[in-house]
Amino acid sequence: MKPLAVFRGSTLLRSLAIVVVAGVVLLLVSDSLSSYRNLQLAYGGYYFCVLAGLTVLAGSSGQISLGQGAFMAVGAYTFSKLNATPVAWSVFPSLVGAVVATVLIGIPVGAAASRLRGPYLAGATLAFAVGLPALADKFPAFLGGENGLIVNPPTSPSWLGSSFPLERWEAWIACGGALVVVFVLYNLTHSAVGRSWRAVRDDEIAASLSGLRVGRRQTLAFVVSAACAGLGGGLLAVVTQIASPGAFPLQLSLTLLAGAVIGGLGSLVGALWGAAVLVFLPNWTTDLANSFSLSGNVSHNLPIAIYGLVLIAAMLVWPSGIQGGVRAAGSALRPAIAGRGRRAAASPEAEAGLGAGAGAGAGASEDEEVTGERAR
Amino acid sequence: MTKFIDLTLSGISSGAIYAAVALALVLIWRSTRVVNFAQGAMLMFTTFIASAVITSGGSYVLGFAVALAAGFVLGALVERTVVRPVENARPLNAVILTLGLYTLIVAIAGMIWGNTPRSFPAAFSLRGYKVGGTTLLFTPNDTFIVLVVIAVAAALAFLFRGTSLGLRMRGAAFAPEVARLLGVRVGRMLTLGWALAATVGSLAGVLVAPSVFLGPNSFDPILIIGFVAAVLGGLDSPPGAVVGGIVLGLALSYVSGYEGSSLVPLAALVILVIVLMFRPTGLFSATKERRV
Repeated sequence: MKPLAVFRGSTLLRSLAIVVVAGVVLLLVSDSLSSYRNLQLAYGGYYFCVLAGLTVLAGSSGQISLGQGAFMAVGAYTFSKLNATPVAWSVFPSLVGAVVATVLIGIPVGAAASRLRGPYLAGATLAFAVGLPALADKFPAFLGGENGLIVNPPTSPSWLGSSFPLERWEAWIACGGALVVVFVLYNLTHSAVGRSWRAVRDDEIAASLSGLRVGRRQTLAFVVSAACAGLGGGLLAVVTQIASPGAFPLQLSLTLLAGAVIGGLGSLVGALWGAAVLVFLPNWTTDLANSFSLSGNVSHNLPIAIYGLVLIAAMLVWPSGIQGGVRAAGSALRPAIAGRGRRAAASPEAEAGLGAGAGAGAGASEDEEVTGERAR
Repeated sequence: MTKFIDLTLSGISSGAIYAAVALALVLIWRSTRVVNFAQGAMLMFTTFIASAVITSGGSYVLGFAVALAAGFVLGALVERTVVRPVENARPLNAVILTLGLYTLIVAIAGMIWGNTPRSFPAAFSLRGYKVGGTTLLFTPNDTFIVLVVIAVAAALAFLFRGTSLGLRMRGAAFAPEVARLLGVRVGRMLTLGWALAATVGSLAGVLVAPSVFLGPNSFDPILIIGFVAAVLGGLDSPPGAVVGGIVLGLALSYVSGYEGSSLVPLAALVILVIVLMFRPTGLFSATKERRV
């Protein structure tokens, strides 16, 4: 137990360990995947960035944003402009630029959002999601109008060999971005900042009496989630090689909300589930529609119908999402496993066994505190 | 100057439609304290039903009537089945639920009628009136729109102020416990509120469809603008919704005419934020204080 205690004590080390392990796993997985599967992995990477930001916003600070699609558009367009000829930055500086631009736009929007609650906040961010992508039409020369901007495919570094598949390189970039998001958000939610968000979420008046500047905390949460969406948008431009207004309809923002709710609001693992659903659901429904020989209209709209149904069902019966279900199953199983372990342990090890059980319990309750049940 | 007059006239007619959407939102907010983000999708759906009636040989009047009836039924159905459980939950739940409803209805409409926008007939001529030698940007159909919306607003005002049903509905909305003690069927009144609101919404859909074309996502900007109009009017005042709709229709008509139509939703957002910053209770709110 001793070496693990270090990780339990230090959030930084724990998050680094998570990122390194996840990175190694992703590398190995991506190496054995086909081009098509790698492309799906890349989609999952950028969806995860956006969903993680949204889930932290909704789960930790208790705000809602229906404008994540618009922030993705900001990231994608900034990336395209920086990556294209007059500036011609390479992929990584352009991604940083995309995040910076999204933060700059997120600050005024977040400041306005921090003064709004509930339906007002939803309506304002909804207007943002509908209004911003339309700007591309206003500046057709600069933003490419309806056709959007074309992005050159990223070139993999020479030490990976000339035959390194493009899709795998895209998957690496997108997953790298997702890991950065995990690192930043894990440390933020486990720090004083995350605690202040939860304090503001649970009781604004008590939080402000304790000296927290409620508006600033909410603005910060909003900007962090916008930055994640901006990175996700930049990665989308890398992977799909285009930034166009048609890629960021209102439906995208609602789909992202559905993904976050399906996964379970407030948990980074939930964002992972949500990203998986957003990547695989359209494929499953297309297969389903094909096997029942449904018309194109039906199969095209089936995923959207399912997102809608899930949003409704989640609010009526199952607000904690997939991760909530996993956690409930876990806590139902844990006493049984722990009980068996205690019986099996001989007297010298009994204390250690109990210690492990208590440790697991403490870990779980900490996790619970992070995620909260904010969907309700 | 001619352009300014034209924009003012077209602003009044689009403002009338925004007023109708805002009225639908306000009626629902008053009765259940829920902002119905599915309103845009609901009025889209009923307009599609009207379109189906008209293309299969029915008259315009029949299509119009069917759309209103469908709106009434849809509103009642939605309130009774999915909205009732979240009426007293956190506001965020109702928001997510109505957005889910929006998504579901849009998808179903796409499944039935496809995603390609189609045209929708107007009740009256779409040729502008001629005054002197110039053709104004105001058509007989615009006159029809404005008159219908005025009639609906007047009918609603009479319902709420002049009838005992309206009194019971107001009682159910503002003091449900007291109303229940006095024998008002509160649940039924709330359902009726949603049904009426959805009827007004479907009216707006049929009126606006000739100018925006009819597709599953055609009415998204109208919902946003209707919401802004409702907030402008204070979100719980029907006269406020009408005035908010007209004011917003004029403002957005000028933005669209002088700066381009792609800026309209963003301009609505800017107006919304400014109103909420400086006068969060709206221009006509009855309540003195409220958290936004």
